[in-house]
Amino acid sequence: MGQPHAPLLSLRGLTRRFGGLTAVDGIDLDLAKGGLVSIIGPNGAGKTTLFNLVTGLDRPDAGEVRFEGEDITGLSPERLAGRGIARTFQLGRVFGNLSVMDNVLIGAHTRLRAVKPAVPVIGPLLELGLALLRPASVRDEEERLREEVKAILGRFGERLLPRIDQPAYSLSYANRRRVEIARALALKPRLLLLDEPTAGMNPSETAEMQALVAELKAEGLTILLIEHKLEMVMRLSDRVIVMDEGKKIAEGPGEEVRGDPKVIEAYLGHGLSGGAEQESAA
Amino acid sequence: MSSWLDYTINGLIVGNVYALVAVGLALIFGVSRLINFAQGSIYLVGAYIGWVAVVQLHTPLPLTIIFVAVLAALVGLIIERFGLRPLQNSVRIAPLLATIGISFVLDQLVMLTFSPNPRALPSQLPDVRFQVGGGTIGPLDLLIAGVGITSALLLFVFLRYTRLGWAVRAASQDRDAAMQMGVDVNRVNQTVFGIAAALGGVSGLLVGMYYNQIDTAMSLQATLKGVVAEVVGGAGNVPGAVVGSLLLGLVESYGVAVFGTSYRNLFAFLLLVVVLVLRPNGLFASARQAPPEPLTGTFIAPSRPVRIPRWALAVVTAAFAVLPLLPVSFYMLQTLINAWLLGMLALSLTLVAGTIGQVSLGHAALLAIGAYTSALLSLTLNVPVGLAIISGGLMSAALGTILISPSFRLRGHYVSIATLAIGEIVSLVILNWEGVTRGPIGISGIPPLSLFGYDLISPASVYWFAFAVMVVLALLQARLLGSHLGRSFRAIRDDDIAARAYGLGLNRYKSLAFIFGGFAAGVSGGIAAHLYSYINHETFNTQQSILALTVVILGGLGNVVGAIVGAVALVGLPEVFRIAAEYRILIYGIVLLLLVRFRPQGLLGTI
Repeated sequence: MGQPHAPLLSLRGLTRRFGGLTAVDGIDLDLAKGGLVSIIGPNGAGKTTLFNLVTGLDRPDAGEVRFEGEDITGLSPERLAGRGIARTFQLGRVFGNLSVMDNVLIGAHTRLRAVKPAVPVIGPLLELGLALLRPASVRDEEERLREEVKAILGRFGERLLPRIDQPAYSLSYANRRRVEIARALALKPRLLLLDEPTAGMNPSETAEMQALVAELKAEGLTILLIEHKLEMVMRLSDRVIVMDEGKKIAEGPGEEVRGDPKVIEAYLGHGLSGGAEQESAA
Repeated sequence: MSSWLDYTINGLIVGNVYALVAVGLALIFGVSRLINFAQGSIYLVGAYIGWVAVVQLHTPLPLTIIFVAVLAALVGLIIERFGLRPLQNSVRIAPLLATIGISFVLDQLVMLTFSPNPRALPSQLPDVRFQVGGGTIGPLDLLIAGVGITSALLLFVFLRYTRLGWAVRAASQDRDAAMQMGVDVNRVNQTVFGIAAALGGVSGLLVGMYYNQIDTAMSLQATLKGVVAEVVGGAGNVPGAVVGSLLLGLVESYGVAVFGTSYRNLFAFLLLVVVLVLRPNGLFASARQAPPEPLTGTFIAPSRPVRIPRWALAVVTAAFAVLPLLPVSFYMLQTLINAWLLGMLALSLTLVAGTIGQVSLGHAALLAIGAYTSALLSLTLNVPVGLAIISGGLMSAALGTILISPSFRLRGHYVSIATLAIGEIVSLVILNWEGVTRGPIGISGIPPLSLFGYDLISPASVYWFAFAVMVVLALLQARLLGSHLGRSFRAIRDDDIAARAYGLGLNRYKSLAFIFGGFAAGVSGGIAAHLYSYINHETFNTQQSILALTVVILGGLGNVVGAIVGAVALVGLPEVFRIAAEYRILIYGIVLLLLVRFRPQGLLGTI
């Protein structure tokens, strides 16, 4: 439907106000298929709110979101997941009482076909019946997805595979972040939004995560990344967008943005030099 | 027109009484984000303390009011200190359940002390009426208005001009920040519970005098009305609670004027459901404001469920299956039949409250729908009993899901309030829809259980029937939990936002859970109807909903085997120890309290 060279994701004038505060203020953004754009900015700049607007968890007061050429503004998160948009959450939202396996299987929920026939009206009842009867087609699908989940967990080395049947609440903080990313990958996303994937990770864990994101990018996945660790942002991004107080204050290749006086002022002016500290730590 | 003025005055007076309850609820919600289900019990305690003062001690009116306020406040302080403070760091559902347990204990203690029969609570004011415009007003009306306005003013002065009042307001805006600034949150909680209890107790006294009658059924009604008023005004909003109460009083009064007394409560609960669905933050909140509930965090105590090997389950099942062949008493079979019926209800509730996390307090309504459907089909259309019971299950699944669906967009404590209200609505519709349900007379002469034309009369055959149905339902539910639906339900329970972001539509999956659970509950109700041969609108009441919830928590939320173990334990153990019937509810309340405090994951663990 969309034009051949249209960006995969494009935002125009996206705005969200909370009372007197404009958390996201007229943001424009284009992300080409296979590209990786990073959004940086001090805490409270509106980055996560922007993610919520793109993934349907919040609705914009103005502006539009287009995905693969279609207007998807204000669609529900479950519809957007069905279109191939997956995200991770800043503070981590794994399903605490579910095993690692089940957590990641939930990621593949939108890809269930055999057990979720696309029949209107009685579709849900068929789903209930098929879940109880479990004909061969349903069992095969479940088995295939389980194998796939193991393959995805394998990308994290020995971090998650030995804990595959443990409930997520028993995992370390870093492992929970990994489960979130594994869950997002199980959706086979066409667009992946990562909200601070390395928050709370030590330098070696951060390096591991950076290598994984680089790998995903090399495989052709389109990624929108929020990250405070500038080293990682500079290495991975095709383009960097800097936000402050809801507005886009700079955009361009990493090195160019890094030297922009407005960006330096935004960080120093807000007394946040965490980015620089973390950079030297990484 | 004069009668309209009377109805308006009556509405405002009743609203004033509700306000005394609702303001307490709002203060507590503001500080601890908790809906205090024990508020009605304090109101009840207040009414009976008032009775002791007026009838036995012959205190003058001002002294009576002070006496009631002080003693009720004391009860509030005890609840806060010993019932709720130990739960500060436990799962979010714990304090809510604790207040339910406390309310059971208090109500039963009052009932055991004073007997359940109604008592007269004489007003200590002269019985004269003044003409006001076209209507009349009595001294008691003026007293109630006076107490309402005085309390509101005192509360306003306290919150605005005293240090402790500032602390209360600070804690209700941001508890953590207040703590960091040195506010003693325990002291704030104590204050709030003391004030709320004093207001609630005085309110009970005034209502008792107004109707010149008090009885133990007042408690639940008061809690429900207070909660309605509070939610209508916006949870935690004190002035909102006052306006909500007056509005509720007027809506009820006009509703009674137009439709009759038996519709009073129906209007209250419909108002609640409409407000919850359209403006869950109350009438005075802006539409897009985030609800005053945390958006994250599970409602379930994390635990590792006890794994019982299959062979052990098979052995126990077989043992219970051959039990009627052994020389056991009729009494024992009877007890176990009750346990199996409760077990079916618990299976239903453990799926809804445990697996998908919608803590329903109105689950008995599903029993009622199944029971009435099955009874009426077999009586009026001569449908075979077996088929009628299945139809009852299907009706409960369909109608129950449709009725509950307004609560699907709600979270946490709001789900509990909405389901409680919906359960009350079902019971009131049964009471008022005489053309179909035969109203307050109930349905008698329901044919006994039968299967393929054979009547199941002997206790052993009824036992086998109920046991077999329950085992089949349990096996189906276990199979459901093992499918993708099991993990989908649990994912929605653990974090509905993340679940939606991965394509799980909340309406779809909550509906499926209620359809499956509604069927099990409806079948249980259907069997009960044919077993009892008589049912009415009170056969399946809130007490049963709470009993089922206690069973489910005892067994472990979401735990299929646990639901059945819990049912056997709660029905069977009081029989084993031959505990008199009137002490049982008290024991259930205490069991609920102890579980919440010491083993929130239940006997077999949450799944």
